Amino acid sequence: MDINFVIEKFALVTILFSISLVIAMYSTYAERKVAAFLQDRLGPDRAGPFGILQPLADGLKMFMKEEIIPSNASKWLFMVGPGLAMLCACIGTAVIPWGQDLNIGGRVVPLQVTDINVGVLYLFGVVSLGVYGVMIGGWASNNKYSLLSAIRAASQNISYEVAMGLSIIALLLMTNTLSLKEIVAQQHGWHWNVIYQPLGFIIFMVCSFAETNRAPFDLPECETELIGGYHTEYSSMKLGFYLFAEYINMFVSSAVMATLYFGGYNYPWMDTVAAHVSPNTAALIGTVILFAKIFAFIFFFMWVRWTIPRFRYDQLMNLGWKTLIPLAIANIIVTGIVIAVVNKF
Amino acid sequence: MGTSVFYFVATLSIIFSLMVIFSKNPIHSVLYLILTFFTFTVHYVLLNAQFLAVVNFIVYMGAIMVLFLFVLMLLNLNKENEPNKSALVKILGVIAGGCLLVTLVGSFKAVSINSPLVLQNPNLGLVKNLGKELFGPFMLPFELSSILLLTAMVGAVLLTKKEEKANG
Repeated sequence: MDINFVIEKFALVTILFSISLVIAMYSTYAERKVAAFLQDRLGPDRAGPFGILQPLADGLKMFMKEEIIPSNASKWLFMVGPGLAMLCACIGTAVIPWGQDLNIGGRVVPLQVTDINVGVLYLFGVVSLGVYGVMIGGWASNNKYSLLSAIRAASQNISYEVAMGLSIIALLLMTNTLSLKEIVAQQHGWHWNVIYQPLGFIIFMVCSFAETNRAPFDLPECETELIGGYHTEYSSMKLGFYLFAEYINMFVSSAVMATLYFGGYNYPWMDTVAAHVSPNTAALIGTVILFAKIFAFIFFFMWVRWTIPRFRYDQLMNLGWKTLIPLAIANIIVTGIVIAVVNKF
Repeated sequence: MGTSVFYFVATLSIIFSLMVIFSKNPIHSVLYLILTFFTFTVHYVLLNAQFLAVVNFIVYMGAIMVLFLFVLMLLNLNKENEPNKSALVKILGVIAGGCLLVTLVGSFKAVSINSPLVLQNPNLGLVKNLGKELFGPFMLPFELSSILLLTAMVGAVLLTKKEEKANG
């Protein structure tokens, strides 16, 4: 194996990892600032200018807290739970194309860790695995509220995965590929998939709210009914891992939505821009644009959280099974018919 | 390198499968079963069957095992409230296990190791090729099996409906 290849991938993975962690860290700050803005408050403003050191202070606090493992908990699984949640949150970034290929010293460096030809399905697998962290942690705590929360998380994820998968099928009918790199390349300039698949996008977005356990679908950690949900018994950095994993999940699903439906690193008039600057600069501009889209989605996640109250559990199930799934199936049929008709003429 | 990885993963598969049976706690059993399925995913990747690998990952690890875990958590089975199995059940279990063993040994004897199976197209497991195979020569069995699944689903829904009527 080429040593340069190993170094290149290692560097990319390290950078992606750090970026995910830093974004997750500052998402906690952004969440509080957005909440404050929407509720006409100031939000955290004590640690550093505008309170930008608040996430560091919170992180330090998490590390310094006493670590408590309940005496009747299943000790080993109690530790596996948060670790698994964190792991599943982090590995999703591997298949997302973060930009066009860079050219460094004659070597073509793709800004994607790996371009497997089942990229979309890989993301799906990671999402479906994510629920184990919550389930194992909730069960291992040996607390009835945690257990109820774990069960809720399981049924919620399973239900919304179905609708999510169906909404993606309509997209795949159009793109004819499962490779994320090709899907992004097809959306050159203005040809974003959201224009052709608006309904699919809305279904996908609602499902990703449910899959990341974000409000209004944060039933697994519903304080009014379940104390703290699956992380009731957790303290110190283990709790920190669960909270962190949620923000990383939010970052990854924003990246996925930007990639699948909002053109990834593509932007209008990119050819005009590319004609005036060097190829590497053009690629980096694309990456910056992708991150701008991701931040917009993260803001949207927060905006929704502080606007819409939490659903009741039966409302959640009704929405998933009786509204989203039929809509997604109808979307597939319509997309299929339109593609068949277009190909005919 | 491929063979050594295979032997390593195969050993793990066997160990995890044994742990599924030997664990006292049903939840631990299911967790070991998830690990076993994960090793199967690795096997599929080694065989260059990417699509099958990732579908195994999504369907078995991500969906079916979540449901298993869900049901077990809901029932909350423990060692304490595990019902005592009668002698008849134990004897039946031994007989069934013995039959399985005989079948396995018989099938291993039938397969001659000297002529290993070689795929004509090593890229058969990639999505495009698999799709063309499934919707070409194997169209009818594929569609029939999907109808079978649909039938099972409709049946399950119908059963729950009936119960509701009886209750109300």
